[in-house]
Amino acid sequence: MTQDADVLVEIDDVYKHFPIKQGIIFKREVARVHAVDGVSLQIRRGETVGIVGESGCGKSTLARCITGLHPITGGRIVFDGQDISRMRGKQLKPFRRDVQMIFQDPYGSLNPRRRVGAIIGDPFDIHGIASGADRKKRVQELMELVGLNPEHYNRFPAEFSGGQRQRIGIARALALKPKLIVCDEPVSALDVSIQAQVINLLKDLQEELGLTYVFIAHDLSVVRYVSDRVAVMYLGKIAEYAEGEDLYEKPRHPYTNALLSAASIADPDAAERRERIVLTGDVPSPIRPPSGCRFHPRCPKAQENCIELEPELIVRDGDAAGHETACHYPVDPAESLATEHAAIEQLSTEPTLPSA
Amino acid sequence: MSLTDLEAEASVPPASEEPDGRKIEGRSPWQLAWARLRKDKAAMISVVVIVLLIVMALLAPLIAKWVGYAPDFGDRKLGQTVDGLPVGPNGHHVLGTDRFGRDILVRSVYGARVSLLVGLVSTVLAVVLGVIIGASAGFYGGAIDTILARAMDVTLSFPYLLFALALAAGFGASVPLTIFVITFFSFASIGRIVRGQVLQIKEREFIEAARSLGAGSIRTMFIDVIPNLIAPVTVLGSMTIPTAIIFESTLSFLGAGTDPRTPTWGNMLSDATQSYTVAWWTLFVPAAFLLITTLAFNILGDAVRDALDPRSERLFAAQKANRKKKRK
Amino acid sequence: MSLLEVRDLKVSFDTSDGLVQAVRGVSFTVERGKTLGIVGESGSGKSVSTQTLLGLTAGALIDGEALFEGQDLLAMTDEQLRRVRGKEIAMIFQDPLSSLHPLYKVGKQIAEMIRQHEPDVNKAQARKRAIELLGMVGIPEPGQRVDDYPHQFSGGMRQRAMIAMSLALNPKLIVADEPTTALDATVQAQILDLMLRLQREFDTALIMITHDLGVIADLADDVLVMYGGKPVEHADRRSLYYRPHHPYTKGLLESIPGSTGAKTRLKPIGGQPPSLINLPTGCAFHPRCEYVMDRCVTEEPLLAAVGDKDGFPDLGHTSACWLPKEAAGLDAEAENLRQEAVALGRSADSPAATVVDAGEAQ
Repeated sequence: MTQDADVLVEIDDVYKHFPIKQGIIFKREVARVHAVDGVSLQIRRGETVGIVGESGCGKSTLARCITGLHPITGGRIVFDGQDISRMRGKQLKPFRRDVQMIFQDPYGSLNPRRRVGAIIGDPFDIHGIASGADRKKRVQELMELVGLNPEHYNRFPAEFSGGQRQRIGIARALALKPKLIVCDEPVSALDVSIQAQVINLLKDLQEELGLTYVFIAHDLSVVRYVSDRVAVMYLGKIAEYAEGEDLYEKPRHPYTNALLSAASIADPDAAERRERIVLTGDVPSPIRPPSGCRFHPRCPKAQENCIELEPELIVRDGDAAGHETACHYPVDPAESLATEHAAIEQLSTEPTLPSA
Repeated sequence: MSLTDLEAEASVPPASEEPDGRKIEGRSPWQLAWARLRKDKAAMISVVVIVLLIVMALLAPLIAKWVGYAPDFGDRKLGQTVDGLPVGPNGHHVLGTDRFGRDILVRSVYGARVSLLVGLVSTVLAVVLGVIIGASAGFYGGAIDTILARAMDVTLSFPYLLFALALAAGFGASVPLTIFVITFFSFASIGRIVRGQVLQIKEREFIEAARSLGAGSIRTMFIDVIPNLIAPVTVLGSMTIPTAIIFESTLSFLGAGTDPRTPTWGNMLSDATQSYTVAWWTLFVPAAFLLITTLAFNILGDAVRDALDPRSERLFAAQKANRKKKRK
Repeated sequence: MSLLEVRDLKVSFDTSDGLVQAVRGVSFTVERGKTLGIVGESGSGKSVSTQTLLGLTAGALIDGEALFEGQDLLAMTDEQLRRVRGKEIAMIFQDPLSSLHPLYKVGKQIAEMIRQHEPDVNKAQARKRAIELLGMVGIPEPGQRVDDYPHQFSGGMRQRAMIAMSLALNPKLIVADEPTTALDATVQAQILDLMLRLQREFDTALIMITHDLGVIADLADDVLVMYGGKPVEHADRRSLYYRPHHPYTKGLLESIPGSTGAKTRLKPIGGQPPSLINLPTGCAFHPRCEYVMDRCVTEEPLLAAVGDKDGFPDLGHTSACWLPKEAAGLDAEAENLRQEAVALGRSADSPAATVVDAGEAQ
């Protein structure tokens, strides 16, 4: 791939496997979870890349690989021209200033025993940037920026509601003026009426501070709303990657089609009009992913070819540049998948751990 | 499940709440726990009992002087019948005497010193050791964890009474030895629980948040892990004290604890086995002291746990309240 | 006679922090074969009200009436209630793992439940029925899966097993409390599809509790919106989505990104949900309401008809709000009506003036 000054993060064929170990004293590896299995993505400065997929598709693992929380098994991640995938410990410290994360659980991501001021001020302490009165001043500025009352500096997380706690998490992430913020399901734990507050805040901050976001969620309409480009993940791989509107208006991968048709719509008429593609079975185990195209056991369009040959993520005929699909038989906009059935018998999809 | 939901609901501050000066200083989890503890009557009675016991133990020499008998003084004149039997409670010996004519009240008061000292010191040592070992095992994982966790398993599978008796036979019974034995056999169970807690805390997102900010492991351990251990460890500690006190008494009773001449509750009980058929008070008084002490610590321990973990308290309160039914 | 008629149900819990008023007077009816959706955020009292009907809120102070086929569920003894639970009314929870016993085989749990309520069924028959039920809810190879333990099932399959269990005794009413919240979109679609099909087949009534307006749009006939322990709006599905009257309902609909992908700024509801111990005076929603008027702060509005049907007030669409009944809908005309009412109803020095513009700040 070409190096582009516009590209902030270059994710190049990244793998992340988790070993499953068994044994009481001597642990040996018995299997591997293929959480992220060869993902390539480019994230441009100032844009929001959404990643959608169902649980177990590897989207959260990918997020943690980008932030350096998980050392990757293979491939390379280049951030701002620097390969960070082989860095360890102290070398990573400057990178940690530039990349921050916002977590899903506003209850779990804040230490309940510490005051809010200390939590938001942590980054200043860790990187030795500010202390004492200066730190307090900066923390209060951050609190104001995210819409919290700066006078609540000395309160504990338990005294805030879910939406306010998520704002605390956002303030902490902003403290070091990062270039990239990875948001892992930032609103899915919040009440509906609060979600919009947080989404608007994130958008305002992006405009004001020129942030780049990786936005991970399972809620398709939220991702559509915030993202410029969207990647759909299935079992550790990217199934489709395109400009947001292009993807939602003209989905090519059968999985994307199914996912879009399954999303609930808060509009009774639209809900009645649309035809649901109900997939058979569950997502297979990432321990032994299916051969060929990983979606083939559930795919209504699967053919012999799909079992053996893994499709590449490339631009397919008739698609706009930058609309990449990993499918041998991409869906035509005119075609209705809801009337078809899986052509290939589905094998067992249940995760079976090898016994000791 | 509805109750945990309710708790989340109840903890949401009122939306219209305005920052008045009093409210801005957030109440720490400890202040909240203390406020809850103060409402618990049984706990407050236990605290009073424990404080009285400690005062009594500290003032033991004064009490002895006031009563007029030293703990080792065998009163042949007023403390024994003509046949050499113990005398029951009377004007001279308020709680009677033992078979050597020694004053039971004074000995019990001195016994509190040993019991409380051994109970508290060995608990503190066990907790410190347990936290260090358990937290290191849980936090660092890998080989360190394997070695420390197995070491704790080995300790827990020792036959502790045999071990204590053997040590007492070898080195002679003494207070430091008792403390050593109790600590040795208590730290492992604390360590195991602490390790489990640390493993849980490690999975919480705020640890990940600290790591993604670039915090080192020492900082994470002291700022994020240990403060979250204080609540469970406080509960563990308050539950260990009564066990340690009973442990001490058991060892003394078996002659493997303190020197048999030292006035302790265990030694007094051991002594009483010779005389309780004719003198019930020799058995009853030290047993009552032991019971009251351990009961007070146990009730306090329970209350501390409830105060630190409001969820269980709420569930408990809900169970107590009866479902109101309409009758037609 | 309606299948279930709940009248003025009130539920509160006495905690050490004060009296939590979880439900403050809810009335609704469920007809045979119909679906009632109950929508609300955490703390709205949506789950507590139905759990109370089935005697699942231990320690609660309960008042009101809940007539199931004419019999008051709230006046029943535990024994009577146990007979109703499962046989007449079944419940499906959000987390199937907490409702399936981890140490018993799935099939055995279903069979046991059948035998508990129908003592003359023998073991072999019960097992056969368990296999049929598992097949009916779409579990592949039910003859083998019947001997699996719950942990061997995936999340979607567990929820199916729960549904199979709830259908085992052919209940007249199923209460589903966030049945798909823990599931992925494609699995959620499967489960909702299944529930709709089964409902049609067996003519079962369904109460669907959720925070997801999308799920309700798919399958509810009637919808009850709850806020702060009280219903704020009650309407048939279409009226609720296209002619919402209560500002809270309107706010919920406007705060979710639409399905059209328009990138216009979202309109969140400002502020935070209320504390159930310290409820706001008047209308519980007033501190967050952009149309707050003077009387909202002091007087609590009751549910009143807001639509017309053949020239008469439509009792099928009620809303608890002081705004004029014509001010329903998301269009500009309704917005004008609301603004006019607010201009009249709000004085400059009233307490309402200070809460205005809850907007996005808190």
